[in-house]
Amino acid sequence: MQHHVVLRVVSKLLIPMILLFALYVQFHGDYGPGGGFQAGVIFGAGFILYGIVFGLDTVQQVMSPKAMRMLAACGLLLYGLVGVAGPLLGANFLDYRVLLDNPVSGQHLGISLIELGVGMTVAAVMVSLFYAFARRR
Amino acid sequence: MVFAVATLQNLFAAVMLFGIMSFLAAAVFVTLDAVDVAFTEASVGAGISTILMLATLALTSSRQRDLPKIKLVPFAAAVFTGWALIYATFDLPRVGDPQAPAHRHVAPRYLSSSGEEIGIPNVVTSVLASYRGYDTLGEVTVIFTAGIGVLCLLGANLPSSRGAKRRK
Repeated sequence: MQHHVVLRVVSKLLIPMILLFALYVQFHGDYGPGGGFQAGVIFGAGFILYGIVFGLDTVQQVMSPKAMRMLAACGLLLYGLVGVAGPLLGANFLDYRVLLDNPVSGQHLGISLIELGVGMTVAAVMVSLFYAFARRR
Repeated sequence: MVFAVATLQNLFAAVMLFGIMSFLAAAVFVTLDAVDVAFTEASVGAGISTILMLATLALTSSRQRDLPKIKLVPFAAAVFTGWALIYATFDLPRVGDPQAPAHRHVAPRYLSSSGEEIGIPNVVTSVLASYRGYDTLGEVTVIFTAGIGVLCLLGANLPSSRGAKRRK
């Protein structure tokens, strides 16, 4: 796809907006539709678009397959650690009210963190799948 | 459209029809006021699945070699299961029925007290991430495990130099 000038220019314009929109969906999920799953998929789609247009080697310079696998594990680990923080602070598993002094703020923090974990895992798994498919070509 | 997907020999067109169908399903979810689900359907069903199926087509071939003949017993089983599922939908409560069991169990409590307890305007996020956080942890684990499984099947652990050689 190296010679498709229109595709290269348009995707160069679109990719930053896709990534920005993914971050918006991620952190605005508390107030509007969206959340970790959708944001992760959109973020992954931005990477995949970059990989399709500019080649697998270019996108793997941005995020290597190993880093993607690490990110997938880290997202799940973040979710689990937020869950375990509850019992350590004397509450139930995945009870975010004790994370901060104010129960409502604790809920906000807990939800933001686990949504971040969900987004990281989903995005990294999607991009890893794309890497695995594309490398076999 | 479903029959077209089932009978088409051009798999590229079938993948495109799948994507269109996902978008239509997303539109249906929007009319049912389930914007979060519609968002997921549009991004996962129409976006990523289409890309992954196209990637598979690039590895194999975009034409099905020969259409398998319809075998009687599997066809009858599929028709019977479909009929049973449609028959079961008659027992479901009507859409938006306030007396439906789903609206009388824990949903009123979530709707009435999530404002004070969690303080997030989007109740879907509150339920997904806090009240049902354990289920969401399970979902993320499923995605992670499924991804690892596919990577193992596709041999993603090959050193990249070998992959580069094979590409050339």
